[in-house]
Amino acid sequence: MGDTVTKKKKLKISVDHNLEERTIKRIEVNAEVSGKKPVGKINFAELRAGGFIKQRQKDKFTVRLKCPGGSMTLDRLKKIVEAVEQFGGGQLHLSTRQSMEILHVDYHNFGPLVEMLKESSQEVASCGPRVRVPNACGGCSYNPNGITDTQKMAETVNEKFFGMRTNHKFKMSFSGCPHDCIHAASADLGLIGAVWPVWEEASCTGCTICASACTEGAIESHPETGKPVFDADKCLYCDDCVRACPTSSWTAGKSGHNLRVGGHHGRHPVNSTIAARFLSDEEAEAAIGATIAWYQKAGEGKGRIRLGNLLMQEGQMESYLEALTEAIGPEKLAEDIQRPHKITIRR
Amino acid sequence: MAELAADKFIDISGEVCPMSFVLTKLALDELEDGQVLELICQAGDPVRNISIQLKDEGHMIVSVKKEADGNFRLKIKKNG
Repeated sequence: MGDTVTKKKKLKISVDHNLEERTIKRIEVNAEVSGKKPVGKINFAELRAGGFIKQRQKDKFTVRLKCPGGSMTLDRLKKIVEAVEQFGGGQLHLSTRQSMEILHVDYHNFGPLVEMLKESSQEVASCGPRVRVPNACGGCSYNPNGITDTQKMAETVNEKFFGMRTNHKFKMSFSGCPHDCIHAASADLGLIGAVWPVWEEASCTGCTICASACTEGAIESHPETGKPVFDADKCLYCDDCVRACPTSSWTAGKSGHNLRVGGHHGRHPVNSTIAARFLSDEEAEAAIGATIAWYQKAGEGKGRIRLGNLLMQEGQMESYLEALTEAIGPEKLAEDIQRPHKITIRR
Repeated sequence: MAELAADKFIDISGEVCPMSFVLTKLALDELEDGQVLELICQAGDPVRNISIQLKDEGHMIVSVKKEADGNFRLKIKKNG
């Protein structure tokens, strides 16, 4: 709690820019006066991380629950059902970012609701200008296309970085493969599973399945031998050639997360940019830590600005890449790194 | 790859996912480990997905031939 306050001061972010934050201040007072549990039982640090969103209806809030990667255990689900029955309006909503939200909660019940959810280790998520709960697809744990363990990443990254103060919301999304079902390309920070395929001629029978498997036209079959002709520039690192090859002539030369930074959707959508390739889980975590730290520092005094908009400012991309290089070394930085760019929309 | 005689043959060239894979799986169910299924499927998604999924599940594609009409003729060894 003290920590949060210090960070706020240091960041010099104006308080009144954030509606949710002002709302929470009011809750704090009311909850202490008329909460059903004695004062001190409610963890205000948790409340400050947000996740309680004012509804149109008087006194009613939506309570957003932490579901990293959209995962839910039966234990937690049962407890959530119990909480909805007791404190909600009989309705759940699935948020656009994989969170379950309990609707129509009277703010007087925040304390007991949080306590009840805790019995099954279910925590409340966040809103406002801070690191949000990461999104993830199924990843390699059960999705056949998955290259990286996005579910594990969502879990560990959430534990390490959740709720940290930033200038604006900071959303992370992890896709297990370049299909990017989780829209990591439009997240503030996105990790996308990637494999660099390597071909060995000796074991290749020229069966041409790899050319059929490649939907990018990066592999053509030689008209006489049937053996692959590889156009590296067209490769999207999806691993399909490796997985389809009957003789394992294609193998994964490099494998890991491609790092995208600076995207977001909303009123002025921005497409993120690839900053690094084939990061290990550890390197990805280091990159995330460095990105958040850089964002906090570079954003100082700049108010409510998303990472992508900051990176678009003069000199900022260069400064960010220096910080990133410090965290993961220069070898895995992407070639020819662009700034994030605005997606034009018709008004 | 040595040419193996097929123990069962199916033509699923008129099918796409997920039926192409389901029919392949049902045909494999009728075979013993080590026996060979021969099938004809479309190029593109069907051959791509069948190849990936069969490999994932531990079967072995032992022969691949492209037909004159562009379809693929595969021989698959069950749990090879």
